[in-house]
Amino acid sequence: MPYCRHASGFLKQAHIMSNSHPTAGAPGHSRALLRRLLPGKLSPYVWFIVPALVALLAIIVFPWGFTLWMSLFDWKIGSDATFVGLANYLSLAQDTRFLEAIMHTLYFTVLAVVLPLIFGTIAALVFNRKFPLRGMLRGMFLLPMMATPVAISLVWTMMFHPQQGVLNYLLSLLGIAPSEWVYSSALAIPCLVLVDVWQWSPLVMLIVLGGLASLPTDPFEAAKLEGASSWQIFRHITLPMVLPFVMVAAVVRLIDALKTFDTIYVITQGGPGTASETINLYLYLQAFSFYQIGKASAVVVVFFVLVVALSLVLFWLRERSKWSDA
Amino acid sequence: MDLMTNKKRRQLLQASAAIGLAGWFPQLMAQNGFNWKQAAGKKIEVHLIKNPRGELLQKNQKEFEQLTGIKVGSEQVPEQQSRQKTVIEFNSGRTSFDVVHLSYQAQKKQFAKGKWLEDLRPYFEKSSGEFDLKEFSSGGIAYATQQDGRIDSLPLNLDPWILYYNKELFAAKGVAAPRNFDELKAAAIKLHDPAKGVVGMVGRGVKNANVLLWTSFFLGYGGTFIDTLGKLHTDSSAGIQAATLYRDLLKNTGPAGVAGFNWNEAQSLFLQGRAAMWIDGSGFAPPLEDPTKSKVVGKVGYAEMPAGPAGQISGLTGDGLGVSAFSPNKDAAWLYTMWATGKLMQERMLASGAGAPARSSPYTNKEVLAAQKLPSAWLQAVSEAIKRSSPILPVIEPVNEFRDVYGIALTNMLGGADVATELKKATAEFQPVLNKSGYRA
Repeated sequence: MPYCRHASGFLKQAHIMSNSHPTAGAPGHSRALLRRLLPGKLSPYVWFIVPALVALLAIIVFPWGFTLWMSLFDWKIGSDATFVGLANYLSLAQDTRFLEAIMHTLYFTVLAVVLPLIFGTIAALVFNRKFPLRGMLRGMFLLPMMATPVAISLVWTMMFHPQQGVLNYLLSLLGIAPSEWVYSSALAIPCLVLVDVWQWSPLVMLIVLGGLASLPTDPFEAAKLEGASSWQIFRHITLPMVLPFVMVAAVVRLIDALKTFDTIYVITQGGPGTASETINLYLYLQAFSFYQIGKASAVVVVFFVLVVALSLVLFWLRERSKWSDA
Repeated sequence: MDLMTNKKRRQLLQASAAIGLAGWFPQLMAQNGFNWKQAAGKKIEVHLIKNPRGELLQKNQKEFEQLTGIKVGSEQVPEQQSRQKTVIEFNSGRTSFDVVHLSYQAQKKQFAKGKWLEDLRPYFEKSSGEFDLKEFSSGGIAYATQQDGRIDSLPLNLDPWILYYNKELFAAKGVAAPRNFDELKAAAIKLHDPAKGVVGMVGRGVKNANVLLWTSFFLGYGGTFIDTLGKLHTDSSAGIQAATLYRDLLKNTGPAGVAGFNWNEAQSLFLQGRAAMWIDGSGFAPPLEDPTKSKVVGKVGYAEMPAGPAGQISGLTGDGLGVSAFSPNKDAAWLYTMWATGKLMQERMLASGAGAPARSSPYTNKEVLAAQKLPSAWLQAVSEAIKRSSPILPVIEPVNEFRDVYGIALTNMLGGADVATELKKATAEFQPVLNKSGYRA
């Protein structure tokens, strides 16, 4: 916690300075604490944080408060806003389309977090071994991550095309019946996950590979001496030791997957029908197609709560996976 | 065409077609008595939608600058982003543009509600002799006129929905071009040949975009979107018949995955010669006749929308130009609007294939017809269709919601849902949205 350390050092210094002041009052723990907290005494330092504070208020706190405020109004751009209290939230709770969008988001997110973690970790284990052309292959594996999401989405859209796409051509070479890919309601989300997995497994690999490189070698040597099999070494040594890194990758992936918009918007626009409409797509529709700013703000608030809840679960898992000091 | 002789006109068109802008042209236009320089020295901003019309206006704006001495800054913004940008700016009460390019089917009512566009009627009195309001087609003027009689824009382009068909595939099976809905369905069944990778019919299946194909049939079945009391009639028998035809054509004689098809997917299938018929807006002739893109050059038949029981009616979309009510330079902005929707620019639009002009003169101008490279059948279909057209969407403010709600219903039908049930559900869902928008017939 480097921030805390700095902060406590800063406070300590402030304390020494205030104590060394000739007019400081009678010593005493509670008085000293009070003095430390008094804005007047902190004033020489307070000004240093003002620019950051202003920026924070302007770009995070204010928009947040304003979004919350707007979510209490029935406001369509071009019409007057009317205060409706929690009506937007109540209507969302009864809106089956919104509830479906939450389910689609969770479905997409679970797959788009778990699958890249599995493939990325496997790739990291493979690339952690020495073999010919490793550097080149590793570089190639990273390429999808470097591409622009909208550009690759357009390419994937062409590949998914049921009549003219290369994917159905490849299936036909194998004698398999053509698929409708993203053009089918049932397959739309799995296909979008496929694009996400293709693009983001390399990121997981990078993080896990870094973790693998930092592992101490002695447990592995000891295990070999004890005659452990490769599977036993992986299951009982590599995996537990690399798990904290996998969890970091999981947090990064979770945030990315929840906020995915570009690939879905370009490839399916939430369709066919609403089959792949996630909360982000629903939100975009409400805000920028229907101009229902009040309702869209309520969606944002619900989405925020969902993101915080999921992040807390992951942080909790991450804490549990940390190496113990014992 | 007061002082401009036909000869001069002909020279002008030839010159501009051949070498682009001729330097002597602005002076010529300025000679007809109208003071084009009245706002010289001013600067205006023009917000254009990124499409061939936006392209054409931007390409020629130097000419306007020379003619008027007005400095023009212009931007072309993709359609979706343009709609967002304009509504947000208008709502804020300050616009960064003086002239705005709008699409009627999506934005007309929205702009009218806030009175965001300047009423142009007083300006017509002060217009140049070249400007002739009567020359605009009735469909265009209907689009430009608001409910209270204000004319707050001028139409640039009218885009009727037409039928594209592959003459080679039709000839191979001895099928004639369909003239009505029954023949359309019969032709689609006859030409549908999945074993050869050919579908009978292709069109928009993706939600939102698909609504326009359904409404094209709806008009032919004599459907009315909303009655005088503000009640929706989209689940009427016309609505159900139109949706049944839509579903049958696309589901039974369309490509696999059609529920995800927008115009671009439909176009690429038709370009490859793998679709016998395609119904969509009239603007696709240039790519279909482009040998670098198309395998069906010279084989495409163009026809008006087949007739329904209620007659031959083409769904119409269109775009136009208006002056922002918040503009500090309305006079200069009006000059631009008048120039951009004027005869010459409209003729250029037709000659370059950038769209179907809202004015009638280009269609009868021999030089223009000679200069334009698209097949005469296309021009014939478009100019006839415009005469028998009706707005493709109800002219209401929540038009995006309309497209969304009915679009999902249509996609569900392609997935096997019952037509009448879906339409009833959509109508029940949309009626409150319409009521809330304060719709008045």
